[in-house]
Amino acid sequence: MIEPRSEPPGTIDREIPSSLNQLYQEVILDHYRKPRNKGHLDGATHAITMNNPLCGDVIELMLRVEGGSIAEARFLGRGCSISLASASMLTGRVRGKSLEQALELSRKFTHLLHGEGALLSDDDLGDLRTLAGVSKFPVRIKCALLAWNCLEELGDGTDADGGSG
Amino acid sequence: MAEMTDTKQATGTLASERPPEAAGRGDAGDVSAGGGWDLAAIRAQFPILSREVHGHPLAYLDNAASSQQPLRVLNRVERYLREEHANVHRGVHQLSAEATEAYEGARRSVAAHAGTRDPAEIVFTRGTTEAVNLVASSWGDAFIGAGDEIVLTKMEHHSNLVPWQLLAGRTGCKLGFVDVTSEGTLDLDDYDRLLGKRPRLVACTHVSNSLGTVNPVREIVDRAHAAGALTLIDGAQAAPHMLTDVAKLGCDFYAFSSHKMCGPTGVGALWARRELLEEMPPYQGGGEMISDVKLERSSWAKVPHKFEAGTPNISGVVGFGEAARFLADLGSEAIASHEDALKRAVFERLDEIEGLHLYGPREGRTAVFSFTYGDIHPHDLSTILDQRGIAIRAGHHCNQPLMDHYGISSTARASFYFYNSPREIDVLCEGLALAAEVFGGIA
Ligand SMILES: Cc1ncc(COP(=O)(O)O)c(C=O)c1O
Repeated sequence: MIEPRSEPPGTIDREIPSSLNQLYQEVILDHYRKPRNKGHLDGATHAITMNNPLCGDVIELMLRVEGGSIAEARFLGRGCSISLASASMLTGRVRGKSLEQALELSRKFTHLLHGEGALLSDDDLGDLRTLAGVSKFPVRIKCALLAWNCLEELGDGTDADGGSG
Repeated sequence: MAEMTDTKQATGTLASERPPEAAGRGDAGDVSAGGGWDLAAIRAQFPILSREVHGHPLAYLDNAASSQQPLRVLNRVERYLREEHANVHRGVHQLSAEATEAYEGARRSVAAHAGTRDPAEIVFTRGTTEAVNLVASSWGDAFIGAGDEIVLTKMEHHSNLVPWQLLAGRTGCKLGFVDVTSEGTLDLDDYDRLLGKRPRLVACTHVSNSLGTVNPVREIVDRAHAAGALTLIDGAQAAPHMLTDVAKLGCDFYAFSSHKMCGPTGVGALWARRELLEEMPPYQGGGEMISDVKLERSSWAKVPHKFEAGTPNISGVVGFGEAARFLADLGSEAIASHEDALKRAVFERLDEIEGLHLYGPREGRTAVFSFTYGDIHPHDLSTILDQRGIAIRAGHHCNQPLMDHYGISSTARASFYFYNSPREIDVLCEGLALAAEVFGGIA
């Protein structure tokens, strides 16, 4: 019968490949394990739930817009480190912005994920820039964008009545 | 043909002549699982297994999604396309005759795999999904009405669930679902309760694609028949690992896919008892399935052609037939014994990893392992393992209701096939250790 361990694996490669180090930066893991602004938002003016039907990940994004700017953003959901870290960072970055400005941020972030390196010096993106490593993992871009897709849906006004879709 | 000879060499030593200890342990993992299984020779027949991914040898552990194809199948399909292709059943010229013979020869091989003596009981479809849809549409629309009950289980693949939801939408029939125990087996008491409603059909998977559970099909079928119900068995995850014997299983319909059993994609089969096929109306209309066509009405070809409207996926079917013969030559006992050994080794290794949770039963299962690892999301695991050339799947595996049942949204799934090696189990464990490191430990 097989005794898999009687042969010590010859080439255990203990080093973490740099692409993985870039993808899973400490900041990202920190947002994943200690998400900011996670929980229900009382008095939300905008809310929407979106899922990724291929993997079952779900994010609900809630905004409280007052006097034309986002006073508070919170989220609920489940997903991988990339989608939750991205949602957590989103809720921090959009606070104080108008919906229009938030959508502009969303566009920049999307370009960053598609490898637009110049954006790495754009302070508006803040810690979102740590997610730039996702550009090397094209299949994971949709994870990073799940919360932003919620934001764009809300910005389009398709679900601006606070219902969850 | 060279590839035939290869296979003979690979399979010629399958008889249990060699003591199990005579196992080599090279990097290809040419390890005997008892009975002289020459794994290196088997792996050599699958060209894709020797490629690299991200600079590492590929460890393909996504076989439950789709298996790889051996040279024998690739070459047979190529030979068909180069030398024998024409449309089937229509021409009197030589090529059409050869193509028809290749196509019908494949039907005989697939029939043998399913365990029927009557090739006319094999209907070629696009896969398991279409086979189930065929039954739900043809048999369902003809024989199911409002208020009728259909019993499914909570571990069905979406393809043995959604077609019945659609039928319920069309006819007003009702669906009941057999519960799954915490161990991952069917709750047969709950099943009996549902049978008390006198359902017309029980549709159940043979092997769960995420838990690996092998369901007691004979028992399920006998109880269904006693309650007056027909049975459809989804064999997508069983047919690759065992020679099916529909007579022994006693079921009425059996569906399976070529691409999970070393054959091409886009082709599969529905086996059904001949009387049922004869009673059922056609599924789709078109060429090939008719006997006589008038402007107002037509009559149907005999089974199975009644259910094969239009030009079929001929090269796919030819490859499917070759895959069935390939598996028959390997022998289902030899396949099972190697997979059993792999399974035990996987349990032994994964059990040792702290924070790793395995789903599904310990016994009565195939070598498909759904698991979670600490708080590392299955997607992240999959990305990290992929960097080491390890292909696993992450997600709900088309089993969303089952995931809901366990209160999770997804799992990582490593699914093994007979060509996997013990070395690949090591590689998987090393990959998991790397994932723990990337995440700074397991929380
Ligand atoms: C249990 C089960 N049923 C049905 C299917 C569907 O098979 P196919 O996609 O080949 O039609 C699968 C494969 O994904 C499966 O695992």
